Amino acid sequence: MSDNKTPVLEMRKVDKSFGPIDVLHEISLKVNQGEVLCLLGDNGAGKSTLIKTLSGVHQPTRGEMLMDGNPVHFDRPRDAQEMGIATVHQFGGTYPLMSVGRNFFAGNEPTKGVGPFKVFDRQKANRIAVEQVQKMGITRITDGDRLVGGLSGGERQSLAIARAVYFGARVLILDEPTAALGVKQAAHVLRIVNEAKRRGLAVIFITHQVMHAMAVGDHFAVLIRGAIAADFRKGAKSREEIADLMAGGESMADLEANIEGYMETHDGHVPEPAH
Amino acid sequence: MTMADTKETDSPASGPASSFSLLDLFRRPEAGAAAGFILIFLFFGYFGVDKNFLTALGSSTWLNFASKVGIIAIPIAFLMIAGELDISVGALIPAGGIVLAMSVEHFGFNIWMGVLFSFVVAAAIGWVNGMLVTRTQVPSLIVTLATLFVVAGLNAYLSKQVAGTTQHSLPDAGVVSEFILGDYHSLILGDGDSAFTIFRSLQSSFFIWIAVAIGCFYVLHVSPWGNWILAMGGDEDSARNAGIPTDKLKIALFMLSAMAAALVGMTEAVLANTASTTTQFGMIFNTIICVVVGGVLLTGGFGTVTGVVFGTLTFGIVFQGINFTAFDKDLNMLFIGALLLVAVLMNDTFRNLATSASTKKK
Ligand SMILES: Nc1ncnc2c1ncn2[C@@H]1O[C@H](COP(=O)(O)OP(=O)(O)OP(=O)(O)O)[C@@H](O)[C@H]1O
Ligand SMILES: [Mg+2]
Repeated sequence: MSDNKTPVLEMRKVDKSFGPIDVLHEISLKVNQGEVLCLLGDNGAGKSTLIKTLSGVHQPTRGEMLMDGNPVHFDRPRDAQEMGIATVHQFGGTYPLMSVGRNFFAGNEPTKGVGPFKVFDRQKANRIAVEQVQKMGITRITDGDRLVGGLSGGERQSLAIARAVYFGARVLILDEPTAALGVKQAAHVLRIVNEAKRRGLAVIFITHQVMHAMAVGDHFAVLIRGAIAADFRKGAKSREEIADLMAGGESMADLEANIEGYMETHDGHVPEPAH
Repeated sequence: MTMADTKETDSPASGPASSFSLLDLFRRPEAGAAAGFILIFLFFGYFGVDKNFLTALGSSTWLNFASKVGIIAIPIAFLMIAGELDISVGALIPAGGIVLAMSVEHFGFNIWMGVLFSFVVAAAIGWVNGMLVTRTQVPSLIVTLATLFVVAGLNAYLSKQVAGTTQHSLPDAGVVSEFILGDYHSLILGDGDSAFTIFRSLQSSFFIWIAVAIGCFYVLHVSPWGNWILAMGGDEDSARNAGIPTDKLKIALFMLSAMAAALVGMTEAVLANTASTTTQFGMIFNTIICVVVGGVLLTGGFGTVTGVVFGTLTFGIVFQGINFTAFDKDLNMLFIGALLLVAVLMNDTFRNLATSASTKKK
């Protein structure tokens, strides 16, 4: 993977403000085919806002976005989807009172044509949904008619990921996909990310877990208060350095030493959070 | 399906197979609405048999009533599934009637042009509702409460300005419009002593209701758009992120409910040969009751057309059926209140079962 080829998706000096609130400042980022870009940063750093801009939920206030070197403008999520960008957002993504099959295809329903009347192809939807969800390691789901409300949080998350993997043709964006998952399912997701990478997709992966980032990332970008604070390739920084950057620039070792020191002098109580 | 079933019946916690199918039935609220209808029908059938509840004339009394509520209740159900409400229908019913009457009487339109014009006016009001709700994020209850009064005011004001009256007349405009929008009293078969009137007391709104129900059943349960409505009510942000045009869809649903209300107003005007500007506040409650009794969740995200049809039939019987029994007429409000409470409790039970039972069972 040489650096001089055209990135699949690129942001050039993108700003995003919500009214008076500036959330992103001059973000320039590239993600290449067959590579995983790990987007790291503290809570509220602007990671979700960034990927929502890439998936057409928000429009940049300034700056431009390019796909395969051509300027693109996504007015709505559908525009990004049609370019092959599939996103798993941090929250939601499933509908509790709808079946597994209907959830999986919400917005992209398979149809059977009967003249001018379109018919939702329930059987096909259920079959593919169950197949794809099982591929994610959720073998407990065997019935596509089952309501998603009865599934666990992690199972729902896996369904949302399976859906994005199924529909993402060029770019796969995952916003904290492993947050709700058990060790085994998280491993599955990491495996799926690597598989997507091998298939030549560009992947953007947001996580707060250093281990997960290290396991799949080829390229890391750290956001601090809406600006790119560091942008480096795999191997350029140690695990400790990455952890420090993820904590928003503070030294993790210092933070930990602080807490331990406090606990020793205060009968094992943790310190009150500073306000 | 079969695989999961056998597993479930094998597990010790789930008991015998019959209890499972009962649970399954509970998880289909249209089955609950159907069961409720059967119970209520038997109840009133038993107590009303002396007063002709079961005769054609008796049945048509509550069927005619139910059909008018039902034509509006199904689009209202769509809105409620999508997480919205529309109470402006109370003013759109008279608006539909007076626009038709004024078009024919005052502007000299042909009746069908009048019907078309009335639909266009209603669609425009529905569009305004939809635009206000999607652009301002003000809850639809408040938006449509405002348009309810605005339209009610316009009904009376424009009636007086344009036609100088709030009571418009609409003369018969031929058998075809009478059959499609009115009733069949003029349809006499045979002659002399053997002459009889088919559908002597049943009104066309009954058949319109069936047509609306079939069309809406297709949209919600067969076509892919039904998925969009359900998804929008389940989680609007996720639906929008999934590429569903939630704003357009919502506006379309408000237009649909407004047009359905206008249609009912038109049938009433054709039947009575008059159209009045009186706002039908009662219909606001009636439609919402039918939708809830029909198993649609107030929180959105779930509902069926079949359930709403049964809910409306049940409501029609309770509302009108009291007249066929020896009970005091004042009791029908009490019956309806009780019915609504039972329905809401059942809907809650359904939701809890649907979102928890399957994890507990394994
Ligand atoms: N629609 C919005 N309107 C106004 N402010 C917003 C909006 N969306 C996000 N923000 C603000 O932007 C900032 C960044 O939010 P964002 O969700 O992108 O953070 P994040 O990096 O994803 O955090 P987390 O790790 O907690 O998910 C926050 O301060 C948030 O309040
Ligand atoms: Mg986030």
